[in-house]
Amino acid sequence: MATITLDQVRKVYPGKVEAVKGISLDIADGDFIVLVGPSGCGKSTLLRMIAGLETISAGTVKIGDRVVNEIDPAERDIAMVFQNYALYPHMTVYENLSYGLRNRGMKRDEIDQRVKKAAAILEIGSFLDRKPRALSGGQRQRVAMGRAIVRSPKVFLFDEPLSNLDAKLRGQMRVEIKALQRSLGTTSVYVTHDQLEAMTLADTLVVMNGGVVEQIGSPLDVYERPASTFVASFIGAPPMNLLPLAAAGDGYRLPDGTLLPADGYPQGKAAILGFRPEDVVIGGTDAFSLDFHVVVAEPVGAESFLHGKAGGAGIIVRVHGRTEARPGDRIRIGVPAARLHIFGTDGKRIAHGHISARDRATETQAALT
Amino acid sequence: MVEHRPFLNFLSHAVLVLGVLIVAFPVWIAIVASTHPAETFQTGRIPLWFGDAALHNYGVMLGDGLSNMGAPPLAGMLFNSLVMALVIAGGKIAISITSAFAIVYFRFPFRMLAFWCIFITLMLPVEVRILPTFKVVADLGMLNSYAGLTIPLIASATATFLFRQVFMTIPDELAEAARIDGAGPMKFLRDILIPLSRTNIAALFVILFIYGWNQYLWPLLITTDEGYYTIVAGIKRMAEAVDANPIWNYVMAASVLAMLPPVVVVVAMQKLFVKGLVETEK
Repeated sequence: MATITLDQVRKVYPGKVEAVKGISLDIADGDFIVLVGPSGCGKSTLLRMIAGLETISAGTVKIGDRVVNEIDPAERDIAMVFQNYALYPHMTVYENLSYGLRNRGMKRDEIDQRVKKAAAILEIGSFLDRKPRALSGGQRQRVAMGRAIVRSPKVFLFDEPLSNLDAKLRGQMRVEIKALQRSLGTTSVYVTHDQLEAMTLADTLVVMNGGVVEQIGSPLDVYERPASTFVASFIGAPPMNLLPLAAAGDGYRLPDGTLLPADGYPQGKAAILGFRPEDVVIGGTDAFSLDFHVVVAEPVGAESFLHGKAGGAGIIVRVHGRTEARPGDRIRIGVPAARLHIFGTDGKRIAHGHISARDRATETQAALT
Repeated sequence: MVEHRPFLNFLSHAVLVLGVLIVAFPVWIAIVASTHPAETFQTGRIPLWFGDAALHNYGVMLGDGLSNMGAPPLAGMLFNSLVMALVIAGGKIAISITSAFAIVYFRFPFRMLAFWCIFITLMLPVEVRILPTFKVVADLGMLNSYAGLTIPLIASATATFLFRQVFMTIPDELAEAARIDGAGPMKFLRDILIPLSRTNIAALFVILFIYGWNQYLWPLLITTDEGYYTIVAGIKRMAEAVDANPIWNYVMAASVLAMLPPVVVVVAMQKLFVKGLVETEK
């Protein structure tokens, strides 16, 4: 149990490549924090710096009250679960679990007790004397988790631990990891590029891009109020629809020339309009309506996705249940005012649900034909 | 390409059988010759079937040797060869594991330079550097000693490369997991790297044991004391009788005895040997 405090942490690789550009982060005791971002965003590097597997170029990392910059990984009281599990192939499951404890000179009966307890929690008791080779992917994953929990460390670090599993198992393990973390109450840092994993696991979500933090917040907060177009398009599947708006008199112009008279803000400045596929109301709304040209209809079962064009940009619409829409159809779509997001041209969030606009239907028609 | 035509099958088998015969025939002759009394060879004909003097021949060779031909009893020479082969195999493996470990897992200045220096020793086997090596060994007073027999042959790079490749196939995460588990470098080497390269060590041991056993030129040069003769060099001394005919039955008995230990090693370690050379999964 411990807090983790990152203060202006930077990582510069030889050759002046700056992988992590000064990140500060306070992680509360017992918090489950998920670092999410595209590959190369520095999330794994950050995790490895907390683990002590990468040196820290600048800034400080504190676990509890202790600055751990120069402390060896084994002394940091952390445990890490790796993407490829990194189980010792020549040791049995029991030996894998107990190796770290043996290295610390723990007494044999205490090791035994701890291993048995961890095995019971993870339900791997029946194959303690097998080698990792004889286990399935999911079982190996459990052993890797077991190796982390036997140590009762202050911090768990997960480096994309589920990405080698198939989709079904991944969903199941996700729930188990969450439940396990809840019951142990150990501060955890989890790295993933999968936004679904990030949303479901996190107490606090940290969205990273290009070595900097784009947004920190609870998963739903990040989802409802993305701080930038990057976050908006990264979190959520399918991603948020983004329409570039050019300033035109007292309103806006869409890429296809459609004019939107905006009562909202900011006037006279170019901006980016965003809305989630599931916030679309078929038939249009008072706040915002557009003609939508269906290109592809994807029935998924419980819902359907309509891919198409509106206002000159690619748009995805999510419809509950089945849809009658066929490729080539034209549908009137709209978004409630409260569900509109406005970003500046720099990608930063400006406003939420401020715009109130109706397009001029005739002009839209003209533009589409 | 796999083809199933009767003629091709026949041809390929014929080639294989012929190859086996060519390789096996001299061995057969040696074994057969070692079982005949000395008189058989004076007829000038090579016997093709076993004689009745096997026990006598082997007994003489193991126990007494051919003192008039400058060959001590074989038992001693076999022992020397065994020591030499084992020390060379063991020493090479120990040195190359540690040097490969250093090169793969540590970042130190001039790492690549060190690597290339090791690489260069590949081009300098003992035969190439035999005069300077002899001088060094002689100056160090290591002539007629086990150290002199083995140390100059231990220093070479072949095995370092093998272990470097093996270590590079071991995922980095394993080293990191071990670090987090509190295993220092030497502990990691002992608990993880060495067990994981077990089959490679076995394969290498077989190769190096035979390499050490078959050493001829070097032992011939630096041993003048009978007590340090090795079997392979010893056979040469027997066959090269100065004022007499070689006593072929004894020479052949010695040859057969000299063949046995490598055969035993290969047969005993065959399974591990093959695994070590073909296994890639880690």
